[in-house]
Parts: sequence; C-alpha cells; structure tokens
Amino acid sequence: MNDALTPFLEATVRTATPLAFAALGETLSERAGVINVGLEGVIIAGCFGAVVAAGAGGVALGLLGGSLAGLAAALVFGTFAVGLRTDQIITGTALTLGALGLTGTLYHAMYGTAGAALSIPTMRPFAIPVLSQIPFLGPALFAQPAMTYLLYLTIGLVWWFLYRTHTGLAVRAVGEHPEAAEAAGINPMRVQWAAILAGGALGGLSGATLVLAQVGTFAEGMSAGRGFIAIAIVALGRWHPLGVGLAAVLFGAASALQYLFQSTGSTLPYQLFLALPYVLTLVVLAGGTSRARAPAALGRRALAIR
Amino acid sequence: MNPPALRRPFSRVRSYGIVLVVVGTIVLVLALVLAAGGFDVSTAFGALLCGAGGSSYAIFSATLVRAVPLIFTGLAVAVAFQGGILNIGAEGQLLAGAAAAAATALAVGESLGSGAIWLGAMAAALAGAAWAAVPALLRRRFGVLEVISTIMMNFVALYGVGYLVRGPLQEPTHIYPQSASIPEATRLPWLLPGTRLHAGFVLALVAVAIAWYVLRFTAAGFRLRVVGANPAAAASAGKIRVESVVTRAFLASGALAGIAGGVEVYGVTYALYENLSPGYGYTAIAVALLAGLQPAYIIVSGVFLGALGAGAASMQREAGVPLALVSVVEAMIILAIVGGRVLLSRRQLPSAEAGS
Repeated sequence: MNDALTPFLEATVRTATPLAFAALGETLSERAGVINVGLEGVIIAGCFGAVVAAGAGGVALGLLGGSLAGLAAALVFGTFAVGLRTDQIITGTALTLGALGLTGTLYHAMYGTAGAALSIPTMRPFAIPVLSQIPFLGPALFAQPAMTYLLYLTIGLVWWFLYRTHTGLAVRAVGEHPEAAEAAGINPMRVQWAAILAGGALGGLSGATLVLAQVGTFAEGMSAGRGFIAIAIVALGRWHPLGVGLAAVLFGAASALQYLFQSTGSTLPYQLFLALPYVLTLVVLAGGTSRARAPAALGRRALAIR
Repeated sequence: MNPPALRRPFSRVRSYGIVLVVVGTIVLVLALVLAAGGFDVSTAFGALLCGAGGSSYAIFSATLVRAVPLIFTGLAVAVAFQGGILNIGAEGQLLAGAAAAAATALAVGESLGSGAIWLGAMAAALAGAAWAAVPALLRRRFGVLEVISTIMMNFVALYGVGYLVRGPLQEPTHIYPQSASIPEATRLPWLLPGTRLHAGFVLALVAVAIAWYVLRFTAAGFRLRVVGANPAAAASAGKIRVESVVTRAFLASGALAGIAGGVEVYGVTYALYENLSPGYGYTAIAVALLAGLQPAYIIVSGVFLGALGAGAASMQREAGVPLALVSVVEAMIILAIVGGRVLLSRRQLPSAEAGS
C-alpha cells in the first residue's frame, strides 16, 4: 500500500502546485470584485512565456518570462473589463480563446509545425533535510521542486496581505461594496487594476510552474482547463488563501488518481480518470460552495460612481 | 453579470460603424501577427481569400459546409444569451449530439434507412439538451456559474467521445480511434451536384426561421427576452417564472448545438471521432455576438466565420500558417464587439451603462 500511496501523494502536491498559484491569483482579483474567466488564457500565456524565456536563459528567466506573459494577458483583460467596463465573462472567454490561439500560432511559427519536443531546463525536486523524512507526508510536502515551497510562501503572503494590511482591506472593500470604498477614499478602478495584474502575474507563474516543474515542454492547449478548475478552487476555498490551498490539493489528488490506478493495474477506461477533475469541479461547485460567501460585487460591470 | 449592451438592438448606422472598426482592426492585427511569425503576409492573405471564396469549390464545399454547424451552434449561443444564459458549452453539446446521432445510425440505420436520419436528429437534440441539463440544473438549484460548468462539460464530452471511439463504438477492426462509417442511407443528400454542400444547410436555414419566429412572435420568445433584459422586472412586473424560462431556454440551446453535431456526422464526417469539431462551439460565441444575437443575421455571421475557417485551412496549406490563428481572429472579433459597443453607447447614451 505504501508503495503506491507515497508516489500518489507526491503527484497530488505536484499537480496541485500550479493550480494553487492560479487560484491564489484569481482569489486576489475576485476579492476585488473582478472574475477573470480568462485565467485559462493567462495560464497558457505563462506556459508559453516560460518556454521561450527558459530556452533562452534558464529556469529563473523562465519563471520571469512566464509571469510577464501572464501579466500581459491580464493587461488585455483589464483594458476591456476595467478600462471599458465590458462584460467580465465574455471578455474573459475571448481572452482565453485568443491566448490559446496566439500561443499555438507562435509556437508553430517558432519551433516548426511538427512541434518537435523542446528541450528546456527544468526544476528538479529538492528534498528539505529532516522535514522530508516525516513518514507519508514528508516526501509529498517537502521533496518537491522549489516552486512548491514558493507556493507555501505565497499562500502566507496573500493571507497576510488580504487580512493584515490596509491595502488588502481596500481590496476586500472594493469587492464587497465599491461605492462605499470610494466614499472612504479608495479608488476602486485602481484597486481592481492592481488586483487583476497581480492575479495575472500569479497565473503566469502557474503556467511557468506547469512547464518548468511538471511537464518540461510546451504543447498547444496544455493548460487543459486548469484556469477554469482554478476558478472552482477559489469558490471551494471560500475566497480565503488557506482554503484555496487546501482545495487545490483536492483537485491535485483527483488528477493524480490516474497514476495510482495505473500502478495498481486497473482495467477501467483511462478516459474516466482524465475526466475526473472536471466532474469533480461540477460536484464541488454544486455541493461545496455557497453563494453567500462570494464577494458581493463579484462580476459587477458598472460602478455607480465614476 | 447580464449586460444590457449585449442584447440592445443597434441602429443600422451604428452597426455598420462597428463592423468597419472590427474588420479594420482585425486585418491590421492579423497582418502584424503573421509578420511577427515570419510568414509571407501577402501570400497568406491571398490564400485566405482564395480558400474562402476564390472558386465555386471554396464557396460551396468549404465555406458553406463549415457554415452549417456554425449557424446551428451560433443559434444555440444566441438563444441562451438572449435569456442571459452564458452557455459556453456548445462544443460539448455538439459532441454529445454527434455521439448520439452516430450511435443511432449505426444501430438502426440499416433497418430504418433514411428514416433513421430523423430519429438520429431527435437523438442528437435530446443528447445536446441532456448535456445542457447538467449546467442548467446546477445553476437553478445551486447558483453555479454556467460559464464554468458548461466548460467542464465540454471536457467531459471530449473524454466521453474518446472513450466511445475506443470502446463501445469503435470500428470493427479495433485499430483506429473512430466509429464505423454510418450506412449510406443515413447520409444527408447533396444539395448541388459536384459539391460537398449537403441538406444540412437547408435544415440550418429552417432552424433560423423557427428561432426567429419563436423569439419574435411567440409568448415564450417574449418571456425569454424579458428575462434576459431584466430578470427582476420579469419576475415582479411580468409575473414570469424566471427560473423555468431560463431552464427551458438552456435546454433548447443545448438541443440546437446537439443537432449541429448530428448534422455534422450525417452530412460531413459519416463517423464519430474525437476531432470531429475544430472548435465550432467556441466559434459560435463570435457568430452569435457578431449577429447581435438576431437569428436572421446569424446566417450572415455563420457564413462569414465559415469563410474564415475555410480561408484559414487554405492559409495552412498554401503558406504554412497554423490553424490556431483563427481563434485569435475570433477573440479579436468578440473583444472588438463588446468594446466597440461600450464606446459607441457611451458617446450616444452617457447614462446607459450605469447600474447593471
């Protein structure tokens, strides 16, 4: 049992890491009242940025490239959703469509239509002494690529920012009641812009993590719905960084189940396991979330005062 | 969440203005992307135009054949959007319809002959509606955002078809991940000799006419438009049961997308396989928005985006430009429309955007 369980737990945390980065970014923008359905597009942009930059200058540059690409995608979203106050959902859908198309086009243009497997530097797991020796959970939590440790730090930082700083309070105020926030001297548009851009950088980092610490190459459409799953994770985690981190682990486990069943020689069709995270998203959205806890102004298009 | 600007009909002058801005921007950005990708811009644009409308083959066997599923799915999206339902799941509903139609033709096609086509179309509509029923139920019972749930259902449909064509519906030799070819009798007849244009095009036009009539002249259509325009007012002033109107429109939308899949199998592919649709369900969003959600205009926008797809396929053959570029153009169309509408309505109706 232990032989199958340890790799399963490791795979759970490994697949949860990019999901959690994206979901934390989305938490920030949703807390400011903006639902970025274009997160999927932000992630694929991050994937592509990471591949290009890592191919040119190594892992560190890859992380930077991924974040900047995610930031650029968020800039497009913000220009329409905040700048013009277009419908957030349709704008996000368009961003996803466009980013998937653009990265696919540029990938073919830059690396050939055959899409030859790219060799880029990747991040190897790094076991933390002592902590990784803890039975069961040690290897899963503390023998991962450095991105996972950066994630632990990010969860803490986002929590501290949202609940222990004035700016974080401003973000939450704008998400609940932008007019009241404005009356209190906060500029809601500026706060939403900042939250969207921060969310974009984290979404890009999520794509970079996917490429550099998990897959090791780029493929057209490799984000495979992770952006939408991350949005479900935010709801399941009740818009709280710690909850979001835990919810991401649940989805990581759903994805990692296929490895577990492969290793036990199951005869069930593998499409069943591939579809599992998406089905789980539906179940979770139906059962595990309540609308009451969502930021009150989430998705609202018009601010009464401008 | 339900923008009035999406549904508000526009004056002719403003509509032309929007189209001009959209086309101009898109051609410019397209040229820039092509140049950045290192492609020969003039060769690529030439191939695009030739492939979309340069010959009778291009028009009847490429552009119009692609327009058929786009008109059906575009209608599906428009019916949903009219009621304030953001159904992004036409792709999955199309695949569910295609699977049901293929299964019907393979099961009873030999015994029923062409009668199986009608049975298959009904099966496709039911399957599409069933696929839409999940997000519809989740929205009604639990308030789940249909954008997320419909997209999740798209992935489930894709893996479901992947399972079917490697399992119960796989062709007899069990080599290829696709179903057996459907019987001759269940294939839709050609409309024009020597072209690939099939009777599904007529069915699409009939669907447009029905949708136009229902939305424009029936009580059900009126209720849907009222709910889409202002659900609170519909409930309080109009005594409309908003939730049941929404659910029925959601199911009708799924049924239309399901028929798109059935028609595609009976008229074009003659078999079920995973890559049956090059994203028709996503392109449908651009089709519906470009038509201002009006059924009659969906014929025009469906043919236009069908031409774009046909032209892009030719660009890939002639100039090596990746097909994925089509999605970029569609995204730009959508952004240009929603952005352009806000800008235009701001200029003319300064207060129209307040309070959604």
